[in-house]
Amino acid sequence: MTATLVDRVLANDQAGIARMLTRIERRDEGVDKELAQLHEHTGRAHVVGITGPPGSGKSTLVSAMALEYRRQGRTVGILAVDPSSAYSGGAILGDHIRMNALAGNPDVYIRSLATRGALGGLSRAVVDGLSVLDAAGKDVILLETVGVGQVEVDIMGVAHSTVVVSIPGAGDAIQAIKAGLLEVADVHVVNKADAPGADRTVSELRDMLRLSRRKAFQWNVPVQKTSATKHEGIAELIAELDKHLGWMHEHGELEQHARRISTTRVRWAAEEVALRDLRPGKPDFDAAVEQVAHRRTDPLTAARQLLGVDTAGNPPQTSPIPKEGTS
Amino acid sequence: MTENTAPLRVMLAKIGLDGHDRGVKVVARTLRDAGMEVIYTGLHRTPEQVIEAAVQEDVDVLGVSLLSGAHMPIFGRIFELIDALPSAPRFTLVAGGVMPEEDEEELRRRGVAAVMGQDTPPEAIVEMLRRVVAETAAR
Ligand SMILES: Nc1nc2c(ncn2[C@@H]2O[C@H](COP(=O)(O)OP(=O)(O)OP(=O)(O)O)[C@@H](O)[C@H]2O)c(=O)[nH]1
Ligand SMILES: [Mg+2]
Repeated sequence: MTATLVDRVLANDQAGIARMLTRIERRDEGVDKELAQLHEHTGRAHVVGITGPPGSGKSTLVSAMALEYRRQGRTVGILAVDPSSAYSGGAILGDHIRMNALAGNPDVYIRSLATRGALGGLSRAVVDGLSVLDAAGKDVILLETVGVGQVEVDIMGVAHSTVVVSIPGAGDAIQAIKAGLLEVADVHVVNKADAPGADRTVSELRDMLRLSRRKAFQWNVPVQKTSATKHEGIAELIAELDKHLGWMHEHGELEQHARRISTTRVRWAAEEVALRDLRPGKPDFDAAVEQVAHRRTDPLTAARQLLGVDTAGNPPQTSPIPKEGTS
Repeated sequence: MTENTAPLRVMLAKIGLDGHDRGVKVVARTLRDAGMEVIYTGLHRTPEQVIEAAVQEDVDVLGVSLLSGAHMPIFGRIFELIDALPSAPRFTLVAGGVMPEEDEEELRRRGVAAVMGQDTPPEAIVEMLRRVVAETAAR
């Protein structure tokens, strides 16, 4: 018997992981059942988000970090989100990641996602994709998105630790605030520190962090200088990220994070379960539409009947959430 | 339901010493403008890197472009690597570059779905990729 896709993901088989991620992007039939089976195998990976303005060196930094994690004996997966063209829906993906030392490295799994390529929405594809890499046993998952646009910044909410990348030069730090990036940073990186002006940008950022007065017992956001091209400051950055994960753990923030992601996932799943048969072509649905159109009933009552919820809004007797079989 | 609405994923690879990629970048943009998702590997890749990346990205099409004249040994290596994969890859293989007709026939015989000359207009490439992917899916 051939191994199922779930088995292949759990065995960290590259082609199996790749296939599973495609199924997620396309929301193929049956993908939810596969994800359900993977769920119990997740929860180990440290998800690190990397965001910042276009061209700040995110992909180069991600590659340098991946190599450093590998050097430390940790396994790495990378999800790189690139913007789709607003006109054609097409995209040019992950170009700089593919252009350096990591290209084709079988020890590091790299997958590019287009912002509009995912048919169930980007955040869902990212959340599900992270689960796959987590279940495959990656110790660290690096998630790159460009820090423009709300969708891209919001995606960082799925990471345990978020790195915001700036580059030396007047006004860049200010731009970061405008884009709403200052608040999401757990670690600030000033990349291209081999270029002049890095120290000034570091102190600008420190000033700004001081101004946005933090409460007691909050994580103290560090500012780290790196040169991604020269591999400088990378081990230090990773040390800060490890420290942040430790802090999350000690302060109950990891659990909080898991609960927040789970809330979203349960709601997505519930919507899908509930709506599966609620569409034109399904007899009960069509009948309800007729009734409402002829004003024999109202939309709310019809919806409650279809969902098997009584008119007072109570749930049906049987559990609406089917227990997943372990087969 | 979604198989036909998802954008085509295409990897464009440059293998070998050939140091020019203006052409392949033009093709990349044309494909993007036609609604495809394009992953460009960058210059000077090895066949090993390209096959690994194509598997990881689960692309529909792998387009390998070479001008160096070493296309037969390079494709020979590509076929070896594909044969050595634990499971048959999903991608359709396409070649770009200039080569004698008998080489072209040999590549087709060994599974390359199409060979595009250097002067193929980008729009024709779009058409051709859609056609070969449809043909592969039909098989
Ligand atoms: N001097 C210097 N250049 C760098 C450094 N890091 C990246 N670069 C260069 O900056 C350019 C952009 O790098 P990328 O890694 O593609 O930047 P990015 O933020 O991923 O870009 P987008 O994904 O397009 O937003 C490339 O030419 C890199 O070589 C660095 O530390 N120092
Ligand atoms: Mg990038």
